[in-house]
Amino acid sequence: MAKTLKEMEKAKEKANLVTIYLDGKEAKVPEGITILEACRMEGFHVPTLCYMEGLSSWGGCRICVVEVEGQPNLVASCVTPVREGMKIRLSSRAVREARKTNLELLLSNHPLDCQLCDRNGSCELQELAYEFGVREIRFGGERKTYAVDMSSPSVKRDANRCILCGRCVRTCREVQSVCAIDFANRGFDTFISPSLGLPLGESVCINCGQCILACPTGALSEVSHVEMVWDAIEDPGKFVVLQTAPAVRVSIGEPFGLPAGTVTTGKMVAAFRRLGFDRVFDTNFTADLTIIEEGHEFIGRVKKGGKLPLITSCSPGWIKFMEHFYPELMENVSTCKSPQQMFGAIAKTYYAQKMGIDPKDMVVVSIMPCTAKKFECQRDEMCASGYQDVDFSLTTREAARMLKEKGIRLEEMPEENFDDPLGISTGAAAVFGATGGVMEAALRSVYEISTGKTLEKLDFYQVRGLDGVKEASLEINGMEVNVAVAHGLGNARRLLDQVKAGNSKYHFIEIMACPGGCIGGGGQPIPTNLEIRMKRIAAIYEVDKNLPLRKSHENPAIKKLYEEFLGEPNGEKAHHLLHTHYMPRERI
Amino acid sequence: MFYRTHVLVEMTSSSVAFGAAQVKEALEREIERVGLKNEVKVLETGSFGASLPSPFVVIYPDNVIYAPLRVQDVRRVVEEHLLKGRVVRELMLAGGLEWKTSEFAFPFPLAKETRVVLRNSGFIDPLNIEDYIARDGYMALAKVLTEMTPQEVIEVIKRSNLLGRGGAGFPTGLKWEFTYKAEGQEKYVVCNADEGEPGTFKDRLILEGDPHSILEAMAIAGYAVGAREGYIYVRAEYPQSIRHLEEAIRQAGEYGFLGENILGSQFSFWVKIRKGAGAYVCGEETALLESIEGKRGEPRVKPPYPPQKGLWGKPTVINNVETLANIPPIILRGPEWFKSIGTPTCPGTKVFTLTGNVNNLGLIEVPMGITLRELIFEIGGGVRGGHGLKLVQTGGPSGGTMTPDLLDVPMTFDTLPKYNSALGSGALTVVDDTHCIVDVVKSFGEFFLHESCGKCTPCRIGNKRIVEILEKISEGKGTLDHLEELLHLGRNMKMTAFCGLGQAAPNPLLRCLEFFREEFETHVKEKVCPAGTCQLKSLQRTVR
Repeated sequence: MAKTLKEMEKAKEKANLVTIYLDGKEAKVPEGITILEACRMEGFHVPTLCYMEGLSSWGGCRICVVEVEGQPNLVASCVTPVREGMKIRLSSRAVREARKTNLELLLSNHPLDCQLCDRNGSCELQELAYEFGVREIRFGGERKTYAVDMSSPSVKRDANRCILCGRCVRTCREVQSVCAIDFANRGFDTFISPSLGLPLGESVCINCGQCILACPTGALSEVSHVEMVWDAIEDPGKFVVLQTAPAVRVSIGEPFGLPAGTVTTGKMVAAFRRLGFDRVFDTNFTADLTIIEEGHEFIGRVKKGGKLPLITSCSPGWIKFMEHFYPELMENVSTCKSPQQMFGAIAKTYYAQKMGIDPKDMVVVSIMPCTAKKFECQRDEMCASGYQDVDFSLTTREAARMLKEKGIRLEEMPEENFDDPLGISTGAAAVFGATGGVMEAALRSVYEISTGKTLEKLDFYQVRGLDGVKEASLEINGMEVNVAVAHGLGNARRLLDQVKAGNSKYHFIEIMACPGGCIGGGGQPIPTNLEIRMKRIAAIYEVDKNLPLRKSHENPAIKKLYEEFLGEPNGEKAHHLLHTHYMPRERI
Repeated sequence: MFYRTHVLVEMTSSSVAFGAAQVKEALEREIERVGLKNEVKVLETGSFGASLPSPFVVIYPDNVIYAPLRVQDVRRVVEEHLLKGRVVRELMLAGGLEWKTSEFAFPFPLAKETRVVLRNSGFIDPLNIEDYIARDGYMALAKVLTEMTPQEVIEVIKRSNLLGRGGAGFPTGLKWEFTYKAEGQEKYVVCNADEGEPGTFKDRLILEGDPHSILEAMAIAGYAVGAREGYIYVRAEYPQSIRHLEEAIRQAGEYGFLGENILGSQFSFWVKIRKGAGAYVCGEETALLESIEGKRGEPRVKPPYPPQKGLWGKPTVINNVETLANIPPIILRGPEWFKSIGTPTCPGTKVFTLTGNVNNLGLIEVPMGITLRELIFEIGGGVRGGHGLKLVQTGGPSGGTMTPDLLDVPMTFDTLPKYNSALGSGALTVVDDTHCIVDVVKSFGEFFLHESCGKCTPCRIGNKRIVEILEKISEGKGTLDHLEELLHLGRNMKMTAFCGLGQAAPNPLLRCLEFFREEFETHVKEKVCPAGTCQLKSLQRTVR
């Protein structure tokens, strides 16, 4: 597994060191690391393409080749371990020529229409071509053409742009343990395909979009809702309501050149208001609502001896994963809809009534860090208002693109506030954007609601951070409540298999499909890597800390919503509007 | 029951195609009809070796060969020879040659033959374990289990200097030692019988003719390295090999040579068969392991090498069929005997398969170090039709290209690389001078284009571009720049491809571009094919 710089530094402290020579410079590096890792530790840049941090190294693209003295062939630095005394040349003519040739070969089977590509500007192939000074492609010949696969509600696959680096395949297998896609055919006819050659939309793909983040080119992208949203905004007969997810405010600055981890809530609101939405609301409002519903569901299950552990249901990628791979755990999963869907249902009922708008004229748009949200809002069950509750779901990337198209510079916007009342939220909702956040928010409310006491320490550091599986326990009314948090479905399997085997000690489990939680979602700006994930997480907790209210049950707008409209948490109306059901799906 | 006469019918995949099964049936029918059923026994055997006329029948102990024996002639042979004792001279091979039973001296055209791995092929009924046992079968296994420690076994193999016969020529004893020394309770022995190199069929004939020798050797390897389980990865295109192996595994289990506590020892060993699905790259040992594990056949990152992390991540020794077939005789006769055959640095024998434009086609086992001249002009009977020799491709497309200037180089694993060539699997494809070099190189290129697994860029796209350029050249659209591009692509593939397949794929191209430069240049400059056989042929006529 490709290691991070930090892990390597750690390794350096422990491991035996070997002496190697990088372009003549002596370096002592830990035994067992690869040449590439050694180069990065020593500050040498080696271009890569199929290599990706956090995935196994594959060695297929042959871009990172280097020369090792005494070896007849060039070796791929990403898979070749260092050896004592190894003399490595990183910048010889042979190395430069081989890299350029292999890049040209890739380009010879790739469309040369960068301007028309989704990834224009964020494409690694384009960047390498620029860096390597490619001005012509010496090797002409056949270019493979494939039909674009638009069958998935979330992920668009354009195999024409695929360079077969396999990062998507490895992400799907190693990070998500979904294995929806793999290589098919061989040689020049190789392509990436869901099993049995089925379209992606009919596969076990859970729509998480991590493959999009992994893709170096425009072969994978989200199914765009941009045109539909333009149509809605520009239609005077439509009342267009926007909701923005907790994780968007800490990432949407990135496409505008702001450093990762910049909190841009106010600027973001101002920008979207200028885009033409009639109301700019906050998904955080329904994140608070989710906590109330899910918190009461948990308390209810504990009191009534219901199915435990309760598993969160906010992440639509996780939900589809569960339906395919763990249908036997269906009853463990909370029936609460995700905040996006709660928002749609509330907007088209409560808010529409309040405003005297016919819900058929209302369009609810969400901006999500997520591609699975596109799938979720189109699920048949998600029509509690009588209409599709959420009409369109944009990724953070699409939203940034719309702003740019209209010439709105987010970084220059003034700070503005969300509209009332669906724009009022607490810090508990804010942390939904990071792994462990839903659990932390739930614990804050569950504790206070069930004990009637005030929680002294609101920060549950045990459930924060990027460890794959985290756990904590909390005494509530004399009961030791064990909770666990997993992000990335490969990690989640560790918890789920325990539940399945009946030996899980946990009462409450949070699962987020994407590594890092929503801030690392498949709809987030590219690049999204470990370092950027950490910065976004830090920003999420900054948002939480700076909010006056940090517990969902203290949200005044939520209280009012129950008083005016919903009645009791988990009551009949709440059940109708805010809860859902699941269905087992085939594993193909 | 004892028989006065045995009738041996060669029953290989190819002789079956020539009607051997019908001949055998006819023989049995006729023998019964004339009332000799209790005196004459008809047996199936494996290959007799070189490509002899088929169907091939030997009457033993008379040592008379009838070949090719057709169904309509069976009655005559049975009535005249078996009933009346009168040899039917005009049906005999080459007008009446005798078959000698001496193990290491085979008649025409194989005077140079030395049989070690093919020691039993053609002599025994491969489906009858007792035939194998009668020729010292499972003696070597008994010897290692009763008299030797694993270290001693490894030492013997190391001392024999047996080099892997799959193509790379890695010392087998070392491989075993690495696997033996690797940590882990669970280890595996894998027999690579995914013989995919075009023009090679030695493994098939060993498996068809003497399957027990492979099982015995695998058990010995298992004992030496500490494995309890072995896999034979065999191409699905070898149904007869698979059938014979399955039967051999069953019989060996029944006789106690495989299974729990073999021969009453503490050693237990099982063998399973896995069928390949036709991918050339699965002959590459790590791609083969992936395939056994049920994954896509793609080579793995090395290191770790299989002796450290092989099948299911456990230490694994992988040996070629021919390599394994050498093991029992080495154990029984000792490393010194083995080293007396072949050359000092590359001892033993090698099975070559002669194909292409040569008079005598087929399989022959000869001592290492034989020259190409001997192989082609003595054993092979020279180039067919009296044409000149253009080149010999050794070891299949990924092996080496031997041009006529290299006819006297000794054929060993260690000498050929000095001439940018390789012994490889032992396939010899003879190409005469009526062939166009562009066509020849293109056919190799097309093979790799088809067989590239697609994992790495230089092989996946490089092979495609190479074939495209060669096509242009044979269409008369080639330029001198194209020749440079070919060189560049070929070198790039050799330098940067992921696995041995990709690194070897451009070998014929590069060698031919060098040796036959003039012929390539004539194609691109004058748009003429000197050999007059490629697509430029018609152009040639107009020009002249």
